[in-house]
Amino acid sequence: MSDDGTQHPLKIYYIMWVALFVLSGFSYWTDFWDDGLFRTSAILTLMMVKAGGIIWIFMHMGWERWALKLAILGPPVAILVLIGMMSLENNYVEGSRLENYGESTMEVETPGHHKEEH
Amino acid sequence: MPEAVFDSGAQEALGAQGLVDDWSRDKQVFGVPWGKAMMWIFLLSDTFIFSCFLVGYMSVRIATTDPWPNPSEVFALEAFGYPVPLLLIAIMTFILITSSGTMALAVNMGYRRNRKATFWLMVVTALLGASFVGMQAFEWSKLIAEGVRPWGNPFGAAQFGSSFFMITGFHGMHVSAGVIYLLVIAFRVKRGFYENRPGGYEIVEITGLYWHFVDLVWVFIFALFYLW
Repeated sequence: MSDDGTQHPLKIYYIMWVALFVLSGFSYWTDFWDDGLFRTSAILTLMMVKAGGIIWIFMHMGWERWALKLAILGPPVAILVLIGMMSLENNYVEGSRLENYGESTMEVETPGHHKEEH
Repeated sequence: MPEAVFDSGAQEALGAQGLVDDWSRDKQVFGVPWGKAMMWIFLLSDTFIFSCFLVGYMSVRIATTDPWPNPSEVFALEAFGYPVPLLLIAIMTFILITSSGTMALAVNMGYRRNRKATFWLMVVTALLGASFVGMQAFEWSKLIAEGVRPWGNPFGAAQFGSSFFMITGFHGMHVSAGVIYLLVIAFRVKRGFYENRPGGYEIVEITGLYWHFVDLVWVFIFALFYLW
């Protein structure tokens, strides 16, 4: 039993390694795009693909039996419920803050001190 | 008593049938070494801790009416006379990916009983991890020098600092612990500690699980905190 799923040819690791580099390069590239739905979905898609690759190949989850796969990957689905509830709640909080205290009057600095040189 | 049911040598079913078999038969559910199962369960609990931090960050970022500092500008570094956005963060990301690759190779070399290669690949992984922590320390000092604090900063919403220090600090602590863990196991591999043990080199895979998890968490932090 201990010998299946432990002796893979090295090729699959090299492919995964290169893929992670390329995908992270794309992730970094999104930082130069304009904000919007397209950029946000690209960030999230790249994140999920990279995470899936790491879990499936590097952490060998793809070779495990479904009993372990579901026991480990199933429970985190509950986090989606938390994300949903917290975003609803905090959109409400932001709304009531705007209603009672008005818009923010905070004055902010721009990071970096070399802007005026150019 | 039907013998086939208790015959451990019987061919195990895969897929859904295998799932039902593993849970319903009178046997150990997970057909993996106990150390591996426990590491996975620990990582599952760690997943929930990091999720709580990230959901907390999402909550305060939505709820605040103050402008959120632009991470692209806050984490920019001067290079070749121009500010390059997220330069150090990008380098840190690639370092962590590189270390994940060397770790995956170390696991493979361990199962091939190549002690020397396993040792050196684990040491390289640990060194890359240590350089990651070093860069993070640089990042922290830069931000602290610019006036970013857990309770406020000159660039916008105060919650930016608390989220940043909490999330990256907790992750950095995991990387530091991982470096120590890797070095301990690497030197045990080197002196042949696992040569005649029942589990053999599965310990390298278990260590690898932890290390890949650290990289996995960084994937989420990079996307949700730095890029979003």
